[in-house]
Amino acid sequence: MLKTEELQINIGPQHPSTHGVFRMLVTVDGETIIDLKPVFGYLHRNHEQLAEQNTYLQNMPYTDRLDYFNSMANNHAYAIAVEKMVGIEVPERAEYIRVLMVELTRILNHAGALGFLINDMGMWQTQLAFGMREREKILDLFESASGARLMCNYFRFGGVARDLPPDFLPRLDDLLKAMPAFVDELERLLRDNEILVQRSAGIGILPRDLALAYSVTGPVLRGSGVGYDVRKAEPYSIYDRFDFDVPVGSVGDVYDRFLVRVEEMRQSRRIIEQIIEQLPDAQGSHINPKARQNVKPPVGDGYGRVESPKGELGFYLVSDGTTKPYRYKVRAPSFINLTPLGDMCRGYKVADVVVILGSIDIVMGEVDR
Amino acid sequence: MPTLSAEELHERLARDLPGVVLPDTPLQVRPPPAHGPPPARRANVDPLVDPAQIVAAATYMRDTLDYAFLSDIAVVDYLLDGVFELVYRFYNVAGGPALVLKTRLPREQPEVPSLTPVWPGANFHEREAFDLYGIVFTGHPFLRRIYMWDEFEGFPMRRDFPRQGDKYIGEEE
Repeated sequence: MLKTEELQINIGPQHPSTHGVFRMLVTVDGETIIDLKPVFGYLHRNHEQLAEQNTYLQNMPYTDRLDYFNSMANNHAYAIAVEKMVGIEVPERAEYIRVLMVELTRILNHAGALGFLINDMGMWQTQLAFGMREREKILDLFESASGARLMCNYFRFGGVARDLPPDFLPRLDDLLKAMPAFVDELERLLRDNEILVQRSAGIGILPRDLALAYSVTGPVLRGSGVGYDVRKAEPYSIYDRFDFDVPVGSVGDVYDRFLVRVEEMRQSRRIIEQIIEQLPDAQGSHINPKARQNVKPPVGDGYGRVESPKGELGFYLVSDGTTKPYRYKVRAPSFINLTPLGDMCRGYKVADVVVILGSIDIVMGEVDR
Repeated sequence: MPTLSAEELHERLARDLPGVVLPDTPLQVRPPPAHGPPPARRANVDPLVDPAQIVAAATYMRDTLDYAFLSDIAVVDYLLDGVFELVYRFYNVAGGPALVLKTRLPREQPEVPSLTPVWPGANFHEREAFDLYGIVFTGHPFLRRIYMWDEFEGFPMRRDFPRQGDKYIGEEE
């Protein structure tokens, strides 16, 4: 007489498909997932307490290290939070440069994330190299503007650190011209490949009401059919000037999350085209010359949030009237998007776990903080 | 786009859930100096909710006011007043700014009912608050440390946690 029993296994913490040092405690019945608990903290450095011992500006480069794929978006959220508390105005030209950088970041993040996702499905390296190739072009642009590829540290209170170099816009034009072909190719790679569709369609379904209850944000929430995007829901910076759509999925599976990201790259390109059109008429310089960098916000609290490529990124700050924050809290999108992982994986096979995790798109620097 | 302000939220809560909102006193963020005027206290516009009633207030936000998206739970340690303040941030999916509920717990016995049974999205927020501040969420299904290892002693984000010379760092550092 044959007897079966449940088995507990660890996926990670050292595993090529966990996107960092991340462990999943999985209970399996044969190949089927019964329960999954994410375990993390291996990269924890108490970012929030370290930030309480720095001045406000000293934290700006430190936010780069949260989600090291999207340093520009992190800078933006932090700058908005501090500017709101102090009451610093940002010149028009600086706002355009900021949004330009953040939208480039979104393209870069999605190109990388989709490359990794298809890598996780078993299509080794080819697709990842395609994504990384596009990412590299954008990183070159970042380097020319900020001096660094990944840890850009480009934003300042009241604007950005320096103006765009003279050859930036021509190079950006070349990049935009080549982009539609790349995005179409990326989409075709999944859509036309029967094996990859089988691996992603109907896998890791997160229904609409569950997605809301779990407070997920970003492409994960929109893949589940909720058209919530901070850029539309509470327009910050100058997003109310641009014409763009928020793509939503219908089923909430891995396939939908993939397509939402592909479409978001197209929409980001649309925004960048409008920026290039409007930038020459923008008033002011790249930074508000009256803005002090060693800020002393009045006693009180403030919150700034942006739509980072991974979801809603927020900074909650409490000031005690000195140059250092009394409390500095990061609302990290990757961290909260991991909450429903157990529910998303339940009932699927062990091989699907890495695909579902890849479709959430996490960065451990932000999860563990 | 719904635009309920903090004042309107005060009115709604006072009308529909009497006794939930507590009177507010501004908190101290800096010790008074030896000479000169005392520093400003942190004023607050958001409703301060009785911690025992937080579940009722939060479900009221979700079911009646339609603020169904719980974005963030932040903890702030006000050492001089001896309280932890919890900041719950809610959004409406149709858009608009946040509505905030705050609640204060005594530092000696920080206990508050958990939102996780009615709101699964609160899970990791509450585990983080437990891990770093030692706040006990009664009714949480899996209240374990999330960043630090399970055997770790102390709560590293508290303002009186030793910065140097604890058992993990050592005196010599």
